[in-house]
Amino acid sequence: MNNKKEWSKKLLYVVLITYAVITLVPFVWALSSSFKTFAEISSGVMSFIPNEFTFENYRQIFIEEELFFRWLLNSVVIAGGGTALNLIFNSMAGYALARISFPGKKVWFMLILAVIMIPVQVTMIPNYLILKELGWLNSYQGMIVPAMINATFIFMMRQFFINFPKELEEAASLDGLGRFGMFIRVVLPLAKPALAAQAIFVFMGFWNDFMRPLIIMTDADMYTLTVGLNSFKGQYVTYWNYIMAASMVFTLPVLVIYMFFNKFFMKGMSFTADK
Amino acid sequence: MERAETSSTSKVKESKKKRRSNKRLLRDIIQGYGFMLPTILVLLTFILGPVLYAVFLSFFDVTLLGGTVLDFTGVDNYLRLMDDARAKRALLNTGLYVGIVVPVQTFLALFLAATLNAGLKGEKIFRIIYFLPTLTSSAVLTLIFMWMYNQNGLINNMLETVNLPTYNWIGDPNIALYSIMIMNIWATAPLFMVIYLAALQGVPKNLYEAAELDGANVIQRFWYITVPQLRPITSFVVIMGLIGTFQLFDQSYIFSGGSGGPSNSTLTVVLLIYQYAFKSLGTMGYATAIAFMLALIILVASILQRVLSKEEQFN
Repeated sequence: MNNKKEWSKKLLYVVLITYAVITLVPFVWALSSSFKTFAEISSGVMSFIPNEFTFENYRQIFIEEELFFRWLLNSVVIAGGGTALNLIFNSMAGYALARISFPGKKVWFMLILAVIMIPVQVTMIPNYLILKELGWLNSYQGMIVPAMINATFIFMMRQFFINFPKELEEAASLDGLGRFGMFIRVVLPLAKPALAAQAIFVFMGFWNDFMRPLIIMTDADMYTLTVGLNSFKGQYVTYWNYIMAASMVFTLPVLVIYMFFNKFFMKGMSFTADK
Repeated sequence: MERAETSSTSKVKESKKKRRSNKRLLRDIIQGYGFMLPTILVLLTFILGPVLYAVFLSFFDVTLLGGTVLDFTGVDNYLRLMDDARAKRALLNTGLYVGIVVPVQTFLALFLAATLNAGLKGEKIFRIIYFLPTLTSSAVLTLIFMWMYNQNGLINNMLETVNLPTYNWIGDPNIALYSIMIMNIWATAPLFMVIYLAALQGVPKNLYEAAELDGANVIQRFWYITVPQLRPITSFVVIMGLIGTFQLFDQSYIFSGGSGGPSNSTLTVVLLIYQYAFKSLGTMGYATAIAFMLALIILVASILQRVLSKEEQFN
């Protein structure tokens, strides 16, 4: 019996480790390729450790490719700005739907739930025409404003605030804080775990988005990194060492944020699973 | 007399109350709509308005030459779908993709979650590793896989060393779509694994203990306890999977350089919509019509899935 248990434990480890290797190989391969010379890349010799370790690829994309830094900046501005606005506006709407009784509340809530079901492809074409009329194509606001709220997270914040202790707000209103002041100074700080989980998902959504910038940003100057990377592929066809270096630079920020927020992230996940 | 007096004071009180509640109502309206204002503006301008605009556009030929020229064509855009060979091919590709990817990634996610949940040491490290693909953008993942799928790239090399046949993963029309499937199953399964993992915490431990006493082995416990206990989560995962896979775009766009090639083998419905809307002239209305058909297909598929999984529960 005990022996059998030992065996099944070993088997489980074999499965887990095998899948961990399957997950890691593409990343390790990409990372190692980003430090290889073009000669080694095209030689067809397969080695996970670069034969001749070089930073040349990173130098190339940052210094020779003037636009690469610009794309990085565009991505940072759009993802950073978009996330900040989402956090504020989604919480405000979620708070209103949970705590303030105003006429029409039910209708707005139903509309927000319905909107979750609409696929982006339906609104993508009219949105392009609207942004064109506004003159917002090839602009940061064209990327940020249409996505500065998110129905799914408004719903999540509403669920969060519904269970929020009322006494805190009552105490705060006795202290003479107005509703908005109280929201900013009392309610939001206590919603940190929900906000952190939301921040990760929203940031990743903006950072990794490919279709919207592909449609909205047509000037090479305004590309985000995803679209820029794709154009790199066309430009450098066989120079996979450059493409992999660029891919690594692009992936790093999300990894850092994930490590930083990991604790909150898991809390946020269990929070959504509780509901 | 006294009575009248008290009633009159209560009336005064009541009207005061009413005034106060009116004041309160006004305050709630101002606060409620104040807090909702950004949401309402975006909702109307960039979501609900565009949906109506899209309905309208789908009955027109749209030409973008400086300004926007509309030409009413009635239901032509919807009829045109019937004899558009590329649309049929796109639908077929997407259907095949959904039909294979959704079941495989759902099963893989459940399998990994159950394995991780066995209470082994180092669970946390595995969880962090498994989650990496979810964090990485589809554009980067596609580029990494294209590099590995290269004719004399890593994957073919590995296959060669163990004497397996090699493939032209990107260039062969019979293979390219499957290459994207493998990549996306690898990339999406971990996200659903995390959802399953959270749900597994809620499965009562004594169920497993009782089954173990009855002599059920690991596989039996998986099939007769884990799978049925997680049915509602599976339903959620399948619907999310359906919605995601029907909308496949980034990967096939990057894979084929936007063409859907080789020989339309990676052409998906959304890629087709993109091409008709932004890469060819005068077909923006047609693209909108296709987008509506896609939304309808996704809606029907999700409803069907929900109905089927409910029926199963009754049996």
